Amino acid sequence: MNAQFTLERSPRGRLILTLADGSCHHDVLPVRAFPLTAPDEFVALVSALGQELVSIDRLDELPAATQQLLLEALAPREFVPRILGIEKVSTFSTPSVWTLQTDRGPTQLTLKAEEDIRRLPGGRLLITDNHGLQFMVEDQAALDPRSRRTLERFL
Amino acid sequence: MIENLHAPSLNLLPPDWRALIAARLAPDESVRACCETDLTPDLRYATGVLVLTTQRLLHLAGAEPEHEWPIGADLALRQSDYAGVGLVEVTRGATRLAVVRFSLAHSTGATHVVAEFARLRLDGGLAGVPPSPCPECRGPVDPASGVCAACIRELDAPPSTWTLFRLWRFARPYRTQLFFGFLFTLGSTFATLIPPYLTMPLMDKVLIPFQNGTPIDQSRLILYLGGLLCAALFAWVLGWARTYLLALVSERIGADLRTTTFNHLLGLSLEYFGGKRTGDLISRLGSESDRICVFLSLHALDFATDVLVILMTAAILFSIDPWLALTTLLPLPFIGWMIHAVRDRLRTGFEKLMRVWSEVANVLSDTIPGIRVVKAFAQEERESKRFLVANQYNLALNDRLNKTWALFAPTVSLLTEVGLLVVWGFGIFQISQHEITVGVLTAFLAYIGRFYARLDSMSRIVSNTQKAAAAAKRIFDILDHVSSVPEPRQPLTIPVVRGRIELREVGFRYGSRQVLRGISLEIAPGEMIGLVGQSGSGKSTLVNLMCRFYDVAAGEILLDGVDIRNLSLASFRSHIGLVLQEPFLFFGTVADNIAYGKPGANRAEIVAAARAAHAHDFILRLPQGYDSLVGERGQGLSGGERQRVSIARALLINPRILILDEATSSVDTETEKEIQRALENLVRGRTTIAVAHRLSTLRKADRLVVLDRGRVAEIGSHTDLLAREGIYARLYQAQLRQHEEGELAGVHP
Repeated sequence: MNAQFTLERSPRGRLILTLADGSCHHDVLPVRAFPLTAPDEFVALVSALGQELVSIDRLDELPAATQQLLLEALAPREFVPRILGIEKVSTFSTPSVWTLQTDRGPTQLTLKAEEDIRRLPGGRLLITDNHGLQFMVEDQAALDPRSRRTLERFL
Repeated sequence: MIENLHAPSLNLLPPDWRALIAARLAPDESVRACCETDLTPDLRYATGVLVLTTQRLLHLAGAEPEHEWPIGADLALRQSDYAGVGLVEVTRGATRLAVVRFSLAHSTGATHVVAEFARLRLDGGLAGVPPSPCPECRGPVDPASGVCAACIRELDAPPSTWTLFRLWRFARPYRTQLFFGFLFTLGSTFATLIPPYLTMPLMDKVLIPFQNGTPIDQSRLILYLGGLLCAALFAWVLGWARTYLLALVSERIGADLRTTTFNHLLGLSLEYFGGKRTGDLISRLGSESDRICVFLSLHALDFATDVLVILMTAAILFSIDPWLALTTLLPLPFIGWMIHAVRDRLRTGFEKLMRVWSEVANVLSDTIPGIRVVKAFAQEERESKRFLVANQYNLALNDRLNKTWALFAPTVSLLTEVGLLVVWGFGIFQISQHEITVGVLTAFLAYIGRFYARLDSMSRIVSNTQKAAAAAKRIFDILDHVSSVPEPRQPLTIPVVRGRIELREVGFRYGSRQVLRGISLEIAPGEMIGLVGQSGSGKSTLVNLMCRFYDVAAGEILLDGVDIRNLSLASFRSHIGLVLQEPFLFFGTVADNIAYGKPGANRAEIVAAARAAHAHDFILRLPQGYDSLVGERGQGLSGGERQRVSIARALLINPRILILDEATSSVDTETEKEIQRALENLVRGRTTIAVAHRLSTLRKADRLVVLDRGRVAEIGSHTDLLAREGIYARLYQAQLRQHEEGELAGVHP
């Protein structure tokens, strides 16, 4: 499926895909098949109807321009703030409102239940808030001691 | 000479009948098979024997007239059973010669006779003597495992405190720690017994002389008080060490127990799981193993300390003054007797209580997964009532137990008081006689205060031991259960599996209901077989037998010419891909679920399998693609989507044999088409057995096998079977009509 294709951005900001056979597809979406465990492998270009048109085995094998275009298109779909510190939690039972420092600035999240904290391979934590927004803790050990102790209480 | 000829074949006979039968055999005749019977034709108990020789069939039964039928071309045997009574009909042509009846305990033997009869007709009795039969049921013995599969039974020991000693198997690895724990216990117990001993000199050598006018001997006082302090510190340190060490060990024993039990449970056949309820098994593994753990770390430890304290105290008391010691220990037998009396009552009570707990858990595990049904039929109240009933039963049982229990502790206290009174009385009498000093009496009173406190806490061990023993028994019930699908002793391996399956005279029963009988079928490698039949005709059972979830009761199933019972279970099942009607997804990511049968699969393989199963596109639509969580708490997938994930799972292990058990029955026709496309990729080049209720899904099958009430009724291709106008044709017509009516009404069937 790693066929030749060209990708360009329409004036409206949508992606237009032209396949080797000359067919042209508007409004294609890039989708990562393994967004958490292998974000740069198996990126699919999916038509507006949800059908896979092109599968890219590795992002870094693409020409730089196409790669750039894809990453820009993927970015808005991947808003996962990294938690840098936990300032305060409202309570140690759930639901609990956490006041956070993230790489995107200070914010709050509401944790509905302990099982919304998902352990990922490599010691990372993915926390889903009550609206389904996801926060990432890259490395528990890198947090400051107070944040770490607070987090510990929920694990 | 004649004896020698008969000797090996006579071994087939039950010992009681050997002489009788031997007398009736002709010189060139030998026994091929036999089975005991225990009912007369009019259903009265009478032992008998049905013997198949190379020349005839013999039936001897108690006072009944003896029968014999020479084996001719038109002699036929037919076996059937109903409600626990089996029968073999002997017919010649169109006339029924006799009916031999027996209870199902002898059914395996009878099946063997009928099968041997059929074989005899084929080879004319030229084959050698078959292997010696199982001593229990006279059925054929599995050459690999050396036992008859039908005769492996569950051990059923009554609950007893001795069960707890079986825990030694799990304690063994920790015996060094246990030994040190015991030493610590000994030391700390001894240390706690020093203070009362020191009250004796404190009283006699310090306080009483002071009262009589002698000044207090300072150095002596410091010695005694220092001794008291040291003993307390010593007891504190050792007590901590022993409690910590033994708690550590008991937690590990508990963990080992749970792991072993769970692993054993995984090895048991589906038959076991079919007969048990999930809630019950969960409570056995969870709370009951924990109860044993608490018992070991707390109660057993306390009990050991109590026994030590009592023994040491008794020794010390006797060394001080034998007579007073005797008086002090007088109530001990009474308390011992009381403990024993209550023990008997509580024993059964706690077992019952635990079953009731399981009942409560069962209501939960029924209701929660079935919550949609409960709500749809508005039966919340009924479920609530069911729970209430279970709970009330629990309460009632507890009340009854507590009545006995509540009386227990106060009685012990009363006896303690009485005991103290006796010591006071006898002590004062002895002091007045100048036989003992005031110090001795003080020491005695200090000792027996501890002594009776110990007896009181010892009495608590009764209920705890009972609870723990009952828990241990229920766990060992699982551990003692031998899988009815045993691993062969010397498993054979097939280097390259081609996928040829052969069924020979396969029979199977659930309890007393014969589900399959005399199924013979040969499936060529790469062939697709469709199993058709009304529900209850034995389709799913046949599939379960082919997966070796159960073992056949009669006959054999061969894979590439090897009996599947001689293959190791894991290697055999690694060749089988199974797609079920209700696909089960484990909690985990989609990728994990696809790679379930091959945990080392790389991402490219997973994606390829998902593509082939037409699952790739919908997986990409999930918010986290292949990393999305599915299963109980995860992302909701529709039935068709789940089915495609499970097809991808089967594709990934690349099995030689594929079993589709109603894989498309629970989805709509659109999704079915999608799944059918996925299945086409899966079926290619593999031996496939597809069970389907909807006949249209079996269009691709090379041959269709129609089952009817546990027998093969018809075999052939779709067109052949339609032309035959038999059961299949009727089923097909019925479904066609239904479909057309559905079309007319504008709805899909």
